[in-house]
Amino acid sequence: MATLGSFALLIALALAAYNLLAGTVALRLLATGQSARISPERLADTARRAGIAGFVAISAAAFALIWSVFANDFSITYILEHSNRALPRPYKFSALWSGQEGSLLLWAWLLGTYGFVLRLTHKTDVKLYAYAGTILAAIQVFFLAILNFAAPPFALMKGAIPDDGNGLNPLLQYPEMVIHPPMLYLGYVGFSVPFCFALGALMMRYPGEKWIKTTRVWTMVTWLFLTCGIFLGMHWAYAVLGWGGYWGWDPVENASFMPWLTGTAFLHSVMMQEKKGMMKSWNVWLIFSTFLLTMLGTLLTRAGLVSSVHAFAQSSIGTWFVVFMGVVLAVCIFTYVLQRSHLKGEHRLESLVSRESSFLFNNLVLLTACFVILWGTLFPVLSEYVVGNKVTVGAPWYNRVAVPVGLFLLFLTGVGPLLPWRATSIRSIKRNFVLPIIALWATVIVAIAVGVNPWKDGQFDSGNFYALVAFAMCAGVTVAILSEFVRGAAVISRQTGKNFFAATWLLTRRNTRRYGGYIIHIGVVIIVIGLAGAAFNRNQESELALHDKMALPPYTFEQVGATQDSNANYDSEWALIDVYKNGQKQFQMMPEKRVYHASQQPQTMVAIHSNVFWDLYVVYEGTNPSTGQPIIKAFLNPLVSWIWAGVALIVFGTFIALVPSLTPQTASLRVPAVRTVPAEPLFKGGD
Amino acid sequence: MRALNRTNLWLKAGQALALAVAVCFTLGATDASSRNTDLSHRMMCTCSCAQVLGECNHVSCPSSGPMRDELSAAIAGGATDKQILDSFVAKYGATVLAAPTTEGFNLVAWIAPFAVFAAALLGTILLVRHWALGNPQLNAQRAALNANPEMNSLRDQVRRETGEDGSF
Repeated sequence: MATLGSFALLIALALAAYNLLAGTVALRLLATGQSARISPERLADTARRAGIAGFVAISAAAFALIWSVFANDFSITYILEHSNRALPRPYKFSALWSGQEGSLLLWAWLLGTYGFVLRLTHKTDVKLYAYAGTILAAIQVFFLAILNFAAPPFALMKGAIPDDGNGLNPLLQYPEMVIHPPMLYLGYVGFSVPFCFALGALMMRYPGEKWIKTTRVWTMVTWLFLTCGIFLGMHWAYAVLGWGGYWGWDPVENASFMPWLTGTAFLHSVMMQEKKGMMKSWNVWLIFSTFLLTMLGTLLTRAGLVSSVHAFAQSSIGTWFVVFMGVVLAVCIFTYVLQRSHLKGEHRLESLVSRESSFLFNNLVLLTACFVILWGTLFPVLSEYVVGNKVTVGAPWYNRVAVPVGLFLLFLTGVGPLLPWRATSIRSIKRNFVLPIIALWATVIVAIAVGVNPWKDGQFDSGNFYALVAFAMCAGVTVAILSEFVRGAAVISRQTGKNFFAATWLLTRRNTRRYGGYIIHIGVVIIVIGLAGAAFNRNQESELALHDKMALPPYTFEQVGATQDSNANYDSEWALIDVYKNGQKQFQMMPEKRVYHASQQPQTMVAIHSNVFWDLYVVYEGTNPSTGQPIIKAFLNPLVSWIWAGVALIVFGTFIALVPSLTPQTASLRVPAVRTVPAEPLFKGGD
Repeated sequence: MRALNRTNLWLKAGQALALAVAVCFTLGATDASSRNTDLSHRMMCTCSCAQVLGECNHVSCPSSGPMRDELSAAIAGGATDKQILDSFVAKYGATVLAAPTTEGFNLVAWIAPFAVFAAALLGTILLVRHWALGNPQLNAQRAALNANPEMNSLRDQVRRETGEDGSF
């Protein structure tokens, strides 16, 4: 299998190189009108077919690696280092992305898959897809070159082959780790496709905005994958790492968040280009930046540039990525300079207070957030370079710098939809903003009344302050968005006689993108409420002998026993903890500690009891070596489940936004004829 | 007179906001327990787990326990926050601090994000104003439209009913 895998990688590289070369020649011939022995169209088609064949080759390589994991082929160094015989079957798949070489193979395979879909659907726009496919082939050549020459996944062991492998990192032996990395990679890799379309459209001076529509769908799908990947990672960190949190501002977490921010900015500003023919250069650079940020993230993870708990071992492939990023940036700048006249906007902003401006400010804040995170991630490197001192930029810095930026973004989420296109009047602002502002202040009053008070015991609590601001803004934004639904549904209800819910559904179907977007915004609001809950986290740690109790109001914990088990992969110990509330037993929690045989590494498995108000989160930290008694740490984390609920709503909203809106033709099949209702006269004739 | 009162009101609101922000960044904890929590969240565990000291609880961590004991002893011994942080930096290096200090080059870490944001915000506002004011034809049209309150009302209604205001 190692031989098959290696050959498949080599063939994939050759096919990608042919795709790039033949595609470039064909497009050059088409652009210049020169004649050749083979028609450019046929040459371009052979390039496309080579791309499709390349997908088959890279799939064969990925299959060979997976097969080798299942076959426990420890003659392959990668398998030896990342698997063992006792590894449960689902986690055998995880071996594919648990190390440097495997994860690069996964990247190349996903890129090949995206390329396969792109090349199969080329009839949508043959020329644009030929450009995009050729640029994609260039990216494939880069990754396949690394896999063949710098980080070969099928490298063979030297010397005697051990009977068993070193096993998979225990942190990865968790169900979510079977889906989190592929999701994240689908997002990361997927941004290559919009990049290829944007660069291709610019190279060919694509007339009109159709390419933007094609790119937008790809970007939305990719954005959805990245969103799911990021939040699955958060949930994994929460459930496995045992520190009671879900986001640690680790450089690798940041690396995934940065392209998400620029991708989100693009999804907003692209509407300006579609509707108004504005911000063309801006959009192109947003896509370029997003792609470059995915590369930067990969560089951070693999080059040892910054220290991270997620990072793979340091290796020389960092240099490959730096060179590749340099080449990509040079190509982007060159193409932009050459074709910038094609990106001249058709309109300009007319007012500071308008929907267009809100998009612009939204982009500004998203990019500021991206800069803040990039700055925080790279500042240790910069500090070491400038003054010779490495510093840590951790959660306290991000909480002070990034949280205000995030709250400003939340504010814009509420304001944007309330502003009309082009310009607005003071009267219109007053009318649209009165309800959200009432909701905002009512929430401030209620929150302070129930104890969310930034000035407690004469001291200022910044956590409470930010939570209060977040809750208030969430209320305002929610009312702003819901009022959009209510206003629109009321108009449709008047026009069609449908009840309110049917009218809301029809409203959403008529403009899935807008209302899907609003649902996503509500999802974001719910997530922010969940994040703000972290300001009220409490915890208690204690050594608990049998029948000892520990209080974390309103709960009391009693240690009622311990048990243990062993399997081929690991030994486990569970502490049995009865949880009481108001003297009544509520349920039992069983936090676990494992020690994996192959790696001899310990691992906690947190016990979590979730409800809508809070998570009860119990960690078995181990035993006190001097007394032999278990040490239990319990957290009461308010509103965490809201974060996951918000993500579900974002997924739902994105699906809605991806569904095509009802066109006047399709709508007529579903909507009954307009009922005659007394209409409010628009023009008062004669008055 | 009314305009003056309104200006004063905005001025006071601005002052209150500035005061709230200043308070946010200056006040600190005073009793031993909250000082312990505060200081342990301003330092990192040194075991390479990349966790804040106050939150590091992974199994068999060799660093966080002794560091927390050291911190408790320093607080009990009456050392000030600065003395404690300085002693930890002297012992474990500058990377023990969870955030850059506000001195020397480290100050750049704090200033740059806000400076970039302010510059970008100002640049955008000026650009939009330039676009909006630099179009005399558009300004004349707008002035004519805004001069007529009935037209304003009708325009709002048209926007509402055609979805131009984002309603559907």
